[in-house]
Parts: sequence; structure tokens; C-alpha cells
Amino acid sequence: MATGGESPEAEDTFAKLLRAHATLRGTRPAFRHKDLGLWQTWTWAEVYDETRAIAQGLIGLGLKRGATIAIVGANRPRLYWSITAAQMIGAVPVPVYADAVADEIAAVLDHSEATIIVAQDQEQVDKILSVRDRLPRLAHLLYDEPRGLNEYAERGLAALAAIAAIGRAALADPAVARDLDRLIDGGRGSDPSVILYTSGTTGRSKGVVLSGERSIGAARCTVAFDRLTDQDEALAYLPLAWVGDHYLNYAQGYVAGFCIACPESAETAANDLREIGPTYHFAPPRAFEALLTRVQIRMEDAGAVKRWLYRAFMDVAGRWGEKIANGEPVPLNARMAYRLGDLLIYAPLKNALGLSRVRVAYTAGEAIGADLFAFYRSIGLNLKQLYGQTEAFLFVTAQTDRAVRSDAVGPPAPNVELRIADSGEVQFKSPGMFVGYFREDDKTRETMTDDGYVKTGDAGFFDPDGQLKIIDRAKDVGRLRGGQLFAPKYTENKLKFFPEIREAVAIGDGRDFVAAMINIELASVANWAERQAIAYGSYQELAANPRVYAMIEKRVDAVNRALSLEPAMAGAQIRRFLILPKELDPDDGELTRTQKVRRGVIAERYASLIVGLNSGASEASISAEITYEDGRKGKLEATVRIVDLPPYPPARAPRPPARKANAA
Amino acid sequence: MKAETDDILLAVEHVSLSFGGVRAISDVSFDIRRGEIRAIIGPNGAGKTSMLNVVNGFYHPQKGAIRWRGRARARMKPYEAAAQGIARTFQNVALFKGMTTLDNIMTGRNLRMKRNLFWQALRRGPALDEEIANRRVCEEIIDFLEIEHIRKTPVGALPYGLQKRVELGRALAMEPELLLLDEPMAGMNREEKEDMSRFIVEANRYRGATIALIEHDIGVVMDLSDRVVVLDYGRKIADDVPEKVKSDGKVIGAYLGVSH
Repeated sequence: MATGGESPEAEDTFAKLLRAHATLRGTRPAFRHKDLGLWQTWTWAEVYDETRAIAQGLIGLGLKRGATIAIVGANRPRLYWSITAAQMIGAVPVPVYADAVADEIAAVLDHSEATIIVAQDQEQVDKILSVRDRLPRLAHLLYDEPRGLNEYAERGLAALAAIAAIGRAALADPAVARDLDRLIDGGRGSDPSVILYTSGTTGRSKGVVLSGERSIGAARCTVAFDRLTDQDEALAYLPLAWVGDHYLNYAQGYVAGFCIACPESAETAANDLREIGPTYHFAPPRAFEALLTRVQIRMEDAGAVKRWLYRAFMDVAGRWGEKIANGEPVPLNARMAYRLGDLLIYAPLKNALGLSRVRVAYTAGEAIGADLFAFYRSIGLNLKQLYGQTEAFLFVTAQTDRAVRSDAVGPPAPNVELRIADSGEVQFKSPGMFVGYFREDDKTRETMTDDGYVKTGDAGFFDPDGQLKIIDRAKDVGRLRGGQLFAPKYTENKLKFFPEIREAVAIGDGRDFVAAMINIELASVANWAERQAIAYGSYQELAANPRVYAMIEKRVDAVNRALSLEPAMAGAQIRRFLILPKELDPDDGELTRTQKVRRGVIAERYASLIVGLNSGASEASISAEITYEDGRKGKLEATVRIVDLPPYPPARAPRPPARKANAA
Repeated sequence: MKAETDDILLAVEHVSLSFGGVRAISDVSFDIRRGEIRAIIGPNGAGKTSMLNVVNGFYHPQKGAIRWRGRARARMKPYEAAAQGIARTFQNVALFKGMTTLDNIMTGRNLRMKRNLFWQALRRGPALDEEIANRRVCEEIIDFLEIEHIRKTPVGALPYGLQKRVELGRALAMEPELLLLDEPMAGMNREEKEDMSRFIVEANRYRGATIALIEHDIGVVMDLSDRVVVLDYGRKIADDVPEKVKSDGKVIGAYLGVSH
């Protein structure tokens, strides 16, 4: 190593950070990966060495400063190292969502202008080769996992390991090694460090350019905020291309020097979580929800004694857990009961979920149900909320350890300036703020205010205690024809908090009343149906079952009652709903890759159902094309029933619950 | 994918098999070449499974002979066939339901464990080295079949499609020269069939196993196999490459039920 002894506090690029860690904590674990059933570990010194070899190999392929290189795959150490290797040279890595279909991948790859692509395996290679004619710049396609690729004779296809071996051999020459050192030293913090494509909730995805010094600056703020150190460990299981992974694992890991563990495969992530026992964890609300659903289903199948213990102590946790976590005064006997509950239920439960060692956990991306949030907080998990954006390099707001609530996302994160525009839109300036959209200066200008704030496109307001509350996308907040406020996401989230409802789409802007299309959650409804002895052959059949309809109707009714209690929202109660005959799916373009609803696509595909909802019809028919994972197309034909609901008067007094189902 | 060598791994010569008065197989001859995928097809009750049982020594034919690696084979028990490199899977999955995926696949390594009970009980020295080496082979198979997520799950709790995959894993763990698959895709949906087809092709190409399979899904058979032998009422009625078999009048007749 030509230079050494730098302190990570001074570095302004990820390549320099890596070099500093290799000197400072060379023998500490940096990456882990479960392979062939065993956890393999690399130290910071080894990672630096491996990354240099890849970088030199990429130089051999002609990668230059400022050029882009795409990374397509899941969380695997060599893909992370490829990101750093590109950054060593001053090239710009572009992680791409690995589960995107060929068409989407082609669009992003083409827009990124990448000449080299590092792909995970045969599946990704096949996908990229299938659209090669749309990628005229593509010169080299490298792969991490060689299985199944031995017989391929495609132009430019090579194993990443082979390229790294060539690089390693070249680095044996001290002159070559010195040249690489000079490249690392020459990296400027103001240069683009990475391009992260947005998930495209609101249209085509855009390439968000982030610089090294801003990325690292933002990560330093939050590492200090949550007191992360090189003793921490995180499981990197979120999509590599998502800002959350690049921030929480890559950037914070490289800043704090903690260990990043990569799961064996997406299916084993839950088990790998248990084996690694991370100290720092992020999961979207739906992951926490899935975990809780699993716990509840298993508790229902447990023996009577266990069930009783679980109920009794979850009751104690529900009453006192959050207060204890927030440091409020709690009577001694409650404290003792909670301690006993921890011994018998909470600690074993957290252990079974792989959350025993977690010091800090975050959730974000969508609203989280109060009960769901309270459950995890009450068993002693330090779960907090943050609000972020790719354009901010994640953090805009984050809750502090002792001021945590489910219905707000916290005060501004350290060094973030936040304001609410007159339109109700949230705007910010942050340390990690993006440089611009890649090759779309007009979009960059549209997104920035004249005084340098970034428009989030989200509508929100501050609560009296300074925590931000997000209600919806600014452009989605609308009004009914009668003038009542209608925030679709707000309504949908209330529906989605029921475990039986996976997804909901509320329609009401400019219309006479609010209507909703509902997606049932197969796991929990199937379990319920089993206990009710309801027979069904398919998702479609279960979704159309009259008893399922009756059950969902009760849930919608409960949402209406809750809405009726909020003066601003009472006018936006759901008057008609239907249950969709298929699950909304990213492969059909109905959801983004991060599982957010795409309203435009849904309005188009389900137009006939929406017409039915807005008319007085008691049923509506749909015929739509669906895409299977392998790209084949199928056809969906169904007639679905529409149910009418009487609204609650906007009053505070709760109505008696006994109401006749009123199916059309 | 065609077998380039005419090297014959196993030859069935004029084999007849009957149970009491029922003739399951009458005077059937065919061969399996090293490195090929050989399909045995035919309507229900044509004698396909009986044929497989003859090949792996479970049944002993009254007439005819089996030549294994060019030499006439003496009467043989299934475990002897296994020791000689013949592995199989079953029409109805035959796994140890209470054992995990990994343990089931490890049983496929049983014949490769050379250390005696004494060493194995000690779990030290050579027995440990052997166990580690065998575990590695099994883990590579688990990786190959993409079943990491069920490594520690008792197979009884797995869906049928996955059980079939585990069974293939156990057979592969024997590193067989000849792999007999009895309806590997039975009861599977289209996606599972595509996965299984891929595993069969890769086992053949990269893991070097010669494969003989029985399958009802004719589309799969025509895609996968190098040569097809067709049985009907215990007799061989065709034996050729898939394209020829597909247009063979006798085969069409047998499947459509034309009178004999």
C-alpha cells in the first residue's frame, strides 16, 4: 500500500474510506456471505485487496473515469466490491433492480450509457442478452456466479473472477499498483459517486446522481445520530439498487466500518437474519407485518398454556412496554411483570425473529399501522420511523430514541433543513442531497426550488412536537365533487392496517363519493378461510367468496367509522367497494419494484371496474392481460361484485356495531 | 446434447417378466448410451416402471439379460445396483419424511462413507474429514437445486414439487453413472416442470449423469431426451429419436387406443 494511516473521518470517497479501514481495522470483519451452507467472512484488508483486483481488471477492460458501469443482482459481496472498484477508478456505478423484467432493465441500462455490466448469474445474463440489440454501447458483460454459463460463447461475456484474476496479476507490478493508488488519491468528493434510479412510483424512473462527499457526509451524520460503530452488523437483504440499501448498508457500513452480511438467497433471508443476529436493522412495514402475521398464525396453532402465556404477557407489554421504552415513569409491579414477560415471551420471541441483538431498527417507505408498530416497540425492539427520498440520499427526518410514535415520521434528521411550502408540499435541504438527475437537467430544475430546496412531492405538516406527518403525494391529495378533502393514501393505509387487506386503491378525486378496490392478503385470508371451513380452488375464487366479502365489509365499515371521527376526513368515507380478482403485481406494472401502487396503470387496466364502482351497478366485469414471471402472457376474465356501504354521520359518538350487511 | 459416443452403458436384451399369469414385459431389448437422456414412454400399464425395476435389480426377469458396462450382469439386489452407480427416484416420492432435506440428501452419500461405526461414533479424525467432504458435495447439490431455504426443513412438511426435487438431490448425491427417474414431473405445475427439466438437463450435461426417465408429459419427453423407447402392453413398439417416434403410426395408435 502506497499510503496508509489515514483516518476515515477525513475521506471523501468510498474508495479512500475502504483503504483507510484496511489500514485501521484490517482484521475486523467487513463482509460475510453464506455460501454452501457456511458463513464466509472477509476482513477489511481482504476486501480492499479483492476490490483493487476487480478495479484493475475493469481498467483492463477500458473502464475510465466518468464512465458508467451497471451492477445487476442481489446482495452479494462481489457486487458491492464492484461498486467500490468502479469508484476507485472514478467511474460511476449504477445498481439496477435485479427483479425488473427485461424491458425495464433495457430502459435503465440504455439510459445509464453503461459499457460494462456486472450481472449476478445466468438469470440476469440471459435477461440482458435478450435485449442486447437495444444496448449498442454494451461491450463487456461480467457475471459473478458461473453456474450454467460455461457453454455461453457470447461476445464480451466473462466471469468477474477471471477479470479480477487478470487485475490481480497486473497489480503484481509495483508500477501498476502505484498507478491505481494514484487513481484512488485522485478521486474527488465532488465527483459523481453513484447513480441510483428511482423506483418510478410517479412515472418513468430517473437516475439520481449522488456525490461521494455528500453521500459520506450524510452517512456520517446518521452514524453519529444512532451511535453506530465497527462493532455493529447488518444483514444486507434489501434490493441493491434501492437507496435504502446503498445508504443503510453500503454508505453507513463504509463510514462506521461495520460488517455487512449477505444472505444465501432471498428465500433464506429470514433464517440468515436469525443466524447473523444483526445489531442494526431496516425493514419496510410490510416485512414487519409479515413477521407478525407469522407469529400470530403460529400462536393460534399453539397449545392452550402457551396461548394463555402469550396473551397475558402481550397484554402486559401492550400496556407498559412502550412507556418503558420511551423512559416514562412506570409502577414497580408493572416493571416486574414486564421483566418476567421478557424472560418468558419477549426475548424468546425476538430471538425467533432474529431481532435479539438489534439496537436500532428503522422502518419507512409507507405508513405503519399503530398496532403493528406498538407490537414491536412493546416487546423491546427499538423500532423507529424515518422519512426519506433517493434525492436526499435517504434521510430527511428520523425519530430520536425516546420520542417515537407510529403516526409521524420524526423531526428533521441532523443538519437537514425542512419546510412546508404554501401548497402543503414538504421541501428540504440535506447533507446528502443529490447533484441532479442523470441526463435530465430539465427534470432537475423542475425538482429544485429557486432557493435550492428539493421538492419532495409529498404533502405533510408538522405536529406540535415538531414531528413531520406525511399524508399523501402532494398531487394525489384531491377533493370530492362536494368539496370534501380526499387523501387516497391516507384512506388506503387505514384499510391496509387490517392483516386481511394487502393492498387498496381508493378513488374519489372529482367524483361524488369515495370508492375502493381491495386486494386480500392471501396468507391471512387463507388461514381464516381454513378455520371457517371455506373451500376454494384459487385466489380468484377466494376473493369472490361471499363470506370473504362479508368479512372485508366489516373492515371497510370500521375504517369508515374511524374516518367519521376525523372532522377533515369524515366526508371521504368509502361508499362502495369491490375485491379484485387478482393480486396486484409489479410484473404487470401495477406496483413498482418497491411494491407501491401505480395509480395510472391501475386506472387504465381496471377502467371497467372503476366505471362500475362509480355507477350504481351491483357488479362489473374485467378482462385484462397478465404477465407471468418468465414473460409469457395470460388472460384474466372475471366478474366481481360491488358492495354498497352507508356512511357514518361525521359525529364523535360511536354507533352501535350491530348493522346488517348490505350487499348489493 | 446428442450422445456423441456409441459407448453403451447398459443394454437390456430380450427381457421378459411376468407376475403369475400376467406378462408385464415381453421380449424387450434396448440400450442406454453413456451420456444420453433416454426416455421410456407408453400408455398406463405398458410396463415402464417394471422395466425400471428390472434395471435397478428390484425385479429379476425370467428371460433375457442385462449388460452393464458391457458385461452380462448376474442377479443383483437394488443396493448392489446402487453400489455400481445406478441411482433412482420413485413415482411416489420415497423420502424419510421426518428427516430434513439435508439429512435426506446425506443418506445418498451413505455408500461413500468408508469409515466404520467406531470412527463415526467418535466424530473425530478421518470420520470427521469424510463427513465434511460429503457435506460439501450435498451443499453443492442443494445450491444446484436451489433448495437452500428448506435445508433444515423436515421433508414431510414440504410441498410435493419440492419433495421431488429433494429426491432428485438424494439420487444425485450418489454421483451415479446412471440415474433412473420415474415420472419426475408427475403432479407438477408448469413452472415446476420447467425447473425440473432444467435440473435434469444440467445434471446430464454438467454433472455427467446418464439418465433414463419415464414421463407422461410428451412435450417434456420430446424436449429433453436424445432417444425414446416406446412400450405398449409390455412390448417395445418403437425406439428412435423423438422426431421419428412422434410420427410413428404404431405409437400414435397406442396412445389413441387403436385396436391391436
